[in-house]
Amino acid sequence: MSARPEPETHVAETEKDDAHWTAQMIAVGAARDRAAFEDLFRHYAPRIKAFLIRTGLAPPVAEDCMQDVMVTLWRKAHLYDPARASVATWVFTIARNRKIDMIRKTRRPEPEDLTWGPEAEPSQADVVAMRQESARLAQAVAELPERQRDLVQRAFFGEATHSEIAAATGLPMGTIKSRIRLAITRLREAMPEGTADRDRDGT
Amino acid sequence: MSIRHPIGDDLLLGFAAGTLPAAHDLVVATAVSLDDDARARLGGFETLGGALLEQADAAPVGDDALTAVLGRLDEEEDMAPPRRICGGIFPAPLQDAVGGDLAAVRWRPVGMGARQAVLHRSPRGTARLLSIPAGQAMPDHSHRGTELTLVLTGAFRDGDLRFARGDLQVADASTEHRPTAEPAEDCICLVVTDAPLRFAGLLPRLFQRFLGI
Ligand SMILES: [Zn+2]
Ligand SMILES: [Zn+2]
Repeated sequence: MSARPEPETHVAETEKDDAHWTAQMIAVGAARDRAAFEDLFRHYAPRIKAFLIRTGLAPPVAEDCMQDVMVTLWRKAHLYDPARASVATWVFTIARNRKIDMIRKTRRPEPEDLTWGPEAEPSQADVVAMRQESARLAQAVAELPERQRDLVQRAFFGEATHSEIAAATGLPMGTIKSRIRLAITRLREAMPEGTADRDRDGT
Repeated sequence: MSIRHPIGDDLLLGFAAGTLPAAHDLVVATAVSLDDDARARLGGFETLGGALLEQADAAPVGDDALTAVLGRLDEEEDMAPPRRICGGIFPAPLQDAVGGDLAAVRWRPVGMGARQAVLHRSPRGTARLLSIPAGQAMPDHSHRGTELTLVLTGAFRDGDLRFARGDLQVADASTEHRPTAEPAEDCICLVVTDAPLRFAGLLPRLFQRFLGI
């Protein structure tokens, strides 16, 4: 567990950054830390609910959905991989999936999971690099001219057709992609023989 | 493995945002399972979603919401285990839709040796497995909507282009094409359409009725 940051305590809300939320998420996953979970709840629950309302859920439905998301966050916390996604990204995917599952009443198809083998934990350097790239993208979104930020938001809130956001806005999508690609490659290398490339051409 | 015709950013963004029809979610999840570069691009769009979530204005949550959630934390966990790499020909999301790997597919003949199995049908899109015998062509057809064809085994040629496992062909209303399975083996594809196909000629029109596409 040496790669894992220690859970933080006594941090003012204004000083809570991505590193703080990563530490709290890992504390929940590794130690079932309820205080860390309550901290995550206070930060993310209102944002999840706001996001769900913007995608078209009525407020009472969004409230129910948000509560399910937070319970899922608790249950799946041990699967959170800080080398592959920021906490915000991970929370976003859980909220998106829960919303769709509620509407469709079936489980949405998800790509196959890639998980670290028991021997291979993400290095602290990878975790920090992932966090920095995520923060960089978030910063770029925040600094977009209003019309372009609006375009990005409308794509996510289902109000716009999907044009290629990166091309339209100049967001640094390539760098975050490279960072994630690196994490995936390391995962593949850490996987048991025979599962890393199971396509039948044997290459 | 190298993907020559990878899935496009528009579909990955739609999947990340959660705005695609169910049939399209299936083809994206399956394609991403076969293409690590697409997986990384999808991760990029999901990071964008995370940034928007982080920057969202907070909505007031119910006074008792935290208590209600804390009260559920010790509930029996009835969640399905995460799907990991499962081996076999079909990636995990497709195995979920079929109820198993290739051997579990309930094929129906659709003429000329071709077979299909409808996995999902809704007004917004239909997902089906299609098996074209080695060396044979799909009937000549055009499309009223968009047709996504993801190769799972074998390969097909369409004009100068070759599509093999993991490759995705996107055809729209302006495309009239004739994919032909390579002679070495049957070509099995996951095909998603968002409007019925139009076949040219009488025989294919009968064929279309059998196909139900
Ligand atoms: Zn290969
Ligand atoms: Zn076609």
